[in-house]
Amino acid sequence: MVKIFEVPLYPYRRSADQDATAPPIHPVVVIGAGPVGLVAAVDLAMHNIPVVVVDENEKVSWGSRAICFAKRQLEIFDRLGCGDVMTDKGVVWSLGKVFFHERQVFEFNLLPEAGHKRPAFINLQQYYLEQYLVERIRALQAEGKSIDLRGGSRVVAVEPCDSDVRLTVETPAGAYDMRAEWLIVCDGAASPVRNLLGLDFVGRVFEDNFLIADVVMPDSLQFPVERRFWFDPPFNRGQSALLHKQPDNVWRIDLQLGWNIDKKEESKPEKVIPRLKAFLGEDTQFELEWVSIYTFQCRRMEKFRHGRILFAGDSAHQVSPFGARGANSGIQDIDNLVWKLKLVMDGAAPTRLLDSYDFERIHGADENILNSTRSTDFITPKSEISRLFRDAVLDLSEHHPATRSMVNSGRLSVPCTYDGSPLNGPDCIGMPTRTRPGSPAVDAPISKGWLLDRLGGGFQLITIDADAPERLLVGDIEVARLALSARGEGGETLRARYLGSCDSAVYLMRPDQHIAARWEAFDLRETESAVARAIGR
Amino acid sequence: MARLNTAPNIANPDDFYAELIAAHEGLSKAESDALNARLILLLANHVGDREALTEALAAARTPRTKT
Repeated sequence: MVKIFEVPLYPYRRSADQDATAPPIHPVVVIGAGPVGLVAAVDLAMHNIPVVVVDENEKVSWGSRAICFAKRQLEIFDRLGCGDVMTDKGVVWSLGKVFFHERQVFEFNLLPEAGHKRPAFINLQQYYLEQYLVERIRALQAEGKSIDLRGGSRVVAVEPCDSDVRLTVETPAGAYDMRAEWLIVCDGAASPVRNLLGLDFVGRVFEDNFLIADVVMPDSLQFPVERRFWFDPPFNRGQSALLHKQPDNVWRIDLQLGWNIDKKEESKPEKVIPRLKAFLGEDTQFELEWVSIYTFQCRRMEKFRHGRILFAGDSAHQVSPFGARGANSGIQDIDNLVWKLKLVMDGAAPTRLLDSYDFERIHGADENILNSTRSTDFITPKSEISRLFRDAVLDLSEHHPATRSMVNSGRLSVPCTYDGSPLNGPDCIGMPTRTRPGSPAVDAPISKGWLLDRLGGGFQLITIDADAPERLLVGDIEVARLALSARGEGGETLRARYLGSCDSAVYLMRPDQHIAARWEAFDLRETESAVARAIGR
Repeated sequence: MARLNTAPNIANPDDFYAELIAAHEGLSKAESDALNARLILLLANHVGDREALTEALAAARTPRTKT
């Protein structure tokens, strides 16, 4: 059977640029057609910005790679018009079990709080995610949006200039030059473009290797849909193991291998299969779909914006895989960047608005690096004393809830609140902390649907039992009103998440569904000043 | 400052000390270390107060400095 990740989805085709007499200029070029680059293409197209995407490959990711996608990312996919296809295909899970040595020490429920359209997490192979994004791109193209997805096209030279960035692209039919007014670099952790530009990428290397294997098991042999994590199990002594369910009866197995191993030797099926049998049971039937050995680092670039070049995703920051903070944070980068770029390109906001991309997403990257480093240090203790306490935490957790919250097998990705961002406006005493300025909107059921389905794409004022004009123009920025009420039946969730002890509220929302400012009542001058602040004026 | 109570706070301190030492009786060095780690975690959870815990860590790390 041919797997989806073996089919060329965007094969190389000759572009008109290759026959141009002078290098053509494009408003935005995205380098890399992984999850982050593809999300960028969709978001740009939805903002009516023509985009060229170049990638040296022609296919979706080889193997499952990133498999956990969090609620916030599903909400972003909803805004981009592809949330349903992802969620429908994905495996929803909420039960996690933790094992230490031979025994289960405890289990936990991620217990997705009620009153959200999307679940806390889904598991979905990266190749499906990329396929659905390419399908979304095809649908947008059919609607007339300008997205040029060029496979088999490798960027081999990048030269930043004052008014644009010059690029040389190598293809099977030779090289050509083009220019980009803005360049978004999403070419992964090894980022060839970052290297071409000689930019830094500093951080901490973790001396460890992990074997990841996707196995297909027959229906009858399935484990329940839950995440299982083992510390120091009998089948992988002194190391850890993780089991996760993906769609199509594919199971992801992560086995820690330690540092001093022969990677090539360990990825051979004759070495991998006995390891998996020790884990799954000698008689368990399974088929090995994909195997990879990886090591990881926690690091980031000092700055994500370099003039007209903007780095996003793994090319800008890298984390350990524990906590699913890699692909998830790259998608948030794009969510943060594209509306700002649109306003700057339209002349509606000053160029320095893009510096807030640096501030806000570096804040996010640091939070992710901190969390994933702590998880890694718990999973792989770096000293004798650290292992002693780790084992003590696990030992106690079986009978004493006291230490269960210290057990760290990955702190799962939650969206970042941009505390301290220069774009944040006034806060209002008495309103809930979780919806303070800088936070992403928290979903809530509203009459005939969900709050988040009504937000995004432009600036908005949410009014809850408060008056405000239906439409405002602040400079070139249009602000539309979404009038809601928390009174009566069904208003409790909205009240709890947005009003707190106040009777009314006015929230200024950014195009990325983040909260810019909030007040108890509408005030024109306050609103105008908060909008100006939120666009970097 | 001084969320950590460093004044005498245990009735019959000699009894407690004897009990602490007795708890380690017959254990190997590794088992004793593990017991200590579990004990620290249980007591830290009982204290709960984050500032007091930070002060306790600092006090334990610099044994000759008066806090």
